[in-house]
Amino acid sequence: MASKLVSLSTSGKVRRVAVVGGGLAGLMTTIKLCEAGVPVDLFSLVPVKRSHSVCAQGGINASVNTKGEGDSPRVHLEETVYGGDFLANQPPVKGMADAAPGIVFMLDRMGVPFNRTPEGLLDFRRFGGTLFHRTAFAGATTGQQLLYALDEQVRRFETVDYEDDKGRTAPGERMVRKLEFWDFLSLVQDEQGVTRGLVAQDIKSMTIRAFPADAVCLATGGPGIVFGRSTNSVINTGTAASAVYQQGACYANGECIQVHPTAIPGADKLRLISESARGEGGRVWVPRDPNEKRLGRDVPEKDRDYFLEEKYPGYGNLVPRDIASRELFLKCFHQKAGVFNVKSGKNENEVYLDLTHLPKDALRKKLAGILEIYEKFVGEDPYENPMRVFPAVHYSMGGLWVDFERSSDGSLAKDSPKNQATNLEGLYAAGEVDYQYHGANRLGANSLLSCIYAGMVTGPAMAAYRGNLGKSSWDVPRSLFEKAEQREQARYEAILKMDGDENPYQIHQELGDMMLLDVTIERHNDKLDKVLSRIEELDGRARKVGVTDTSGHSNQGAAFVRHLTNMLVLARVIAQGARNRDESRGAHFKPEFPNRDDANWLRTTLALHKAGGGQGGHDGIEYVRKLDYTLAGKKVTATDQVDISLVQPRVRKYETAGAASATAAKADGAVASVRAPS
Amino acid sequence: MSSHKAITLRVLRQDSPSLPETKRWEEFSVPWHPQMNVISALMEIRKHPVTASGQKVAPVVWESVCLEEVCGACTMLVNGKVRQSCTALIDQIAPNGETVTLAPMTKFPLVRDLVVDRSRMFNDLQKVKAWIQLDGTHELGPGPRQSQENQEAAYPLSRCMTCCCCLEACPQVNEHSSFIGPAAINQVRLFNLHPSGQMHKIERLETLMGVGGVADCGKAQNCVEVCPKEIPLVDSISAMARETTKHLLFGWLLK
Repeated sequence: MASKLVSLSTSGKVRRVAVVGGGLAGLMTTIKLCEAGVPVDLFSLVPVKRSHSVCAQGGINASVNTKGEGDSPRVHLEETVYGGDFLANQPPVKGMADAAPGIVFMLDRMGVPFNRTPEGLLDFRRFGGTLFHRTAFAGATTGQQLLYALDEQVRRFETVDYEDDKGRTAPGERMVRKLEFWDFLSLVQDEQGVTRGLVAQDIKSMTIRAFPADAVCLATGGPGIVFGRSTNSVINTGTAASAVYQQGACYANGECIQVHPTAIPGADKLRLISESARGEGGRVWVPRDPNEKRLGRDVPEKDRDYFLEEKYPGYGNLVPRDIASRELFLKCFHQKAGVFNVKSGKNENEVYLDLTHLPKDALRKKLAGILEIYEKFVGEDPYENPMRVFPAVHYSMGGLWVDFERSSDGSLAKDSPKNQATNLEGLYAAGEVDYQYHGANRLGANSLLSCIYAGMVTGPAMAAYRGNLGKSSWDVPRSLFEKAEQREQARYEAILKMDGDENPYQIHQELGDMMLLDVTIERHNDKLDKVLSRIEELDGRARKVGVTDTSGHSNQGAAFVRHLTNMLVLARVIAQGARNRDESRGAHFKPEFPNRDDANWLRTTLALHKAGGGQGGHDGIEYVRKLDYTLAGKKVTATDQVDISLVQPRVRKYETAGAASATAAKADGAVASVRAPS
Repeated sequence: MSSHKAITLRVLRQDSPSLPETKRWEEFSVPWHPQMNVISALMEIRKHPVTASGQKVAPVVWESVCLEEVCGACTMLVNGKVRQSCTALIDQIAPNGETVTLAPMTKFPLVRDLVVDRSRMFNDLQKVKAWIQLDGTHELGPGPRQSQENQEAAYPLSRCMTCCCCLEACPQVNEHSSFIGPAAINQVRLFNLHPSGQMHKIERLETLMGVGGVADCGKAQNCVEVCPKEIPLVDSISAMARETTKHLLFGWLLK
């Protein structure tokens, strides 16, 4: 824990740090900082209660083992690493799996209305990639309930006065100061490259301001909107991650993008239907006859093709998401054997997700949240008719590169300032925006966990970093901040003056359509080459947009131009990473290279921005095998080697029950004979 | 089902709170597409910000985040009725190609076009202490055991997304009153149900007593009708009215 002795700077200012993003990771980081006596400025594009974590549905994993199945954190670790196709560093995953039961208990104490067993204990359900009941849940709106619980705790800290070691308070200094409706623009870095604060824009008044901070944490979520329509919220453009990447932060495994198998196709958004539907017994099928004209519920059992259960008897409908999505794609796109639509008169890219055989009362108690979404947006009753779904971009395993400090027991060293530190000194990252916990494919219900765990690690890491920082950012001359403000002001004014013919939203749609088609489930090198040159073309067009709104108030259009430019930068990182990785691993699948290639590719993709180093003077990417950075004045070297010290890589297969947990189950004597899905 | 090729949106716009003279209705014609909702219609306008009469304008400004009615951001008046605009499906609200009108909520300060300032709602959550008084986030073992019944009572109350529909619809919420409104009262009920939350129940109840408190409810019951999450707000208000009365009458006995 950091000592309160360092809470005031030499010039007597309260040494605040900044957290950007108010989803689960940002809020948890904030709470941990407050508990360590470090006051926080919390920035968010939206009221934090509306952050994208609110969309998570199914639950949060923790091996509490209340069902007598022999589950344990060791099994959770192995299944997470196996599920991620061995691309995740294992010590952080171990730290997360070990901490998970404690995290769920903490959330329970905070008042999350988790579903209960008759005995009054937490209930757990099944999720993908495991046979164990490991997922705690609050109906089918678990993310919302978790977000609210952390939001409430942070709101409490908004009412608590900052206090120094002598019990003195400073007027107006609360432990948490929220700055909602602020858009992150860039870091303020000093001549040595040390993070000294950030520049942000108030999206109502459009004021641009620099804020000193002794450390900054980005907890800004994923870049799903790069793919146009996805299961993500419209705010998930990845703009903050892209901005710091352009300032030198390393972006890791950008090509690892998760496509969720079951979402409702839509014009503005692809709305998720949680994996928990299958965890509670939902079955995926298509009619055996691609021209089947009967309604789903009227198709008799013998005419149904339960293709996941047939091909993967061990895990059935709960194979990991990458595998399920590929099978759905194969069925619909390649075999044209989806569901026939009487209205359109053709076989559509849709499969059935069927819950109609399950008791309605249980569905209401456990899944009402998602079934309401289906009812409201599709206008059909999912209790009576099988739902029609198709895969959608969902989550980025890749993100800002962050370091970790290995402990003697192979986990994370507590309170080390290295944990969750990016290669830019003083910049931390936590949540979907980091790349740390999921390898090449994330298991369901591990994202809420990784966000909260990363926050629990980042808070103490930042407090330790601040404790070691020689000179506080609050003592740095104001001119450094003024210069950063002027730089961003000039950029913004340049946007307002753009008067070309292009529409930024149109360019975004074209980018999204292309990324969705060619950089998701199946990736082909020839298509990726085309995508890469098309990104340059779109980049060129994005420089010729016309800003029709020149208002100095709530100018969403001008802010979007900035987000678009930043999305194009990340699109390049994602597509080029995919182009380079000539193998198939987890969510990254190339039919030309169908196997995992550990000899050449059991390594992290490390991308650095190279301004003007690409095609036609556009920006380029430098891929490195080694990363040197400075932390607390010391040089640190990291490499692209994956830490596989705990679970040795083996071929990943889900045909046989228990394959994902084979070694841990043996070591723990777990009852791996848990019922396979019927 | 709908054969019409375009739909018409009438949007009430204003450039900023300080420019009331810019308040105006603008009409847009947008190509229809399947599963179209109000948000995807507004997104179409953004791609081609030209009014039905051919005038180039600034894109319409609105708030939205999740687009699946769980974040609470996109509340507005759709055809005069307060609701989330993401679940306002065009085929349902304009089955025969009727004009759809969009306007900002009226009980909150205007920001621009369809955006209003709802910060009072978040301040109210502070006022009623809508949280569990946690000792800390360190490991302290499992939380209190709770019955399924208790969970099933708490969960629906906990789904409030601070969308503000209930305040907009409440006749008691207006410029002449300081009524805190249904959402915050419901939060008091929620936290007072929780085994640990109960320990600070009186503190929360006291925030609902006096001017602007639960007694200001006029029992119009509009709130429960407009709540997109079907939260039993009227029950919450009655329950808290009973509790505060009990506390007022007998609380001194406990001191």
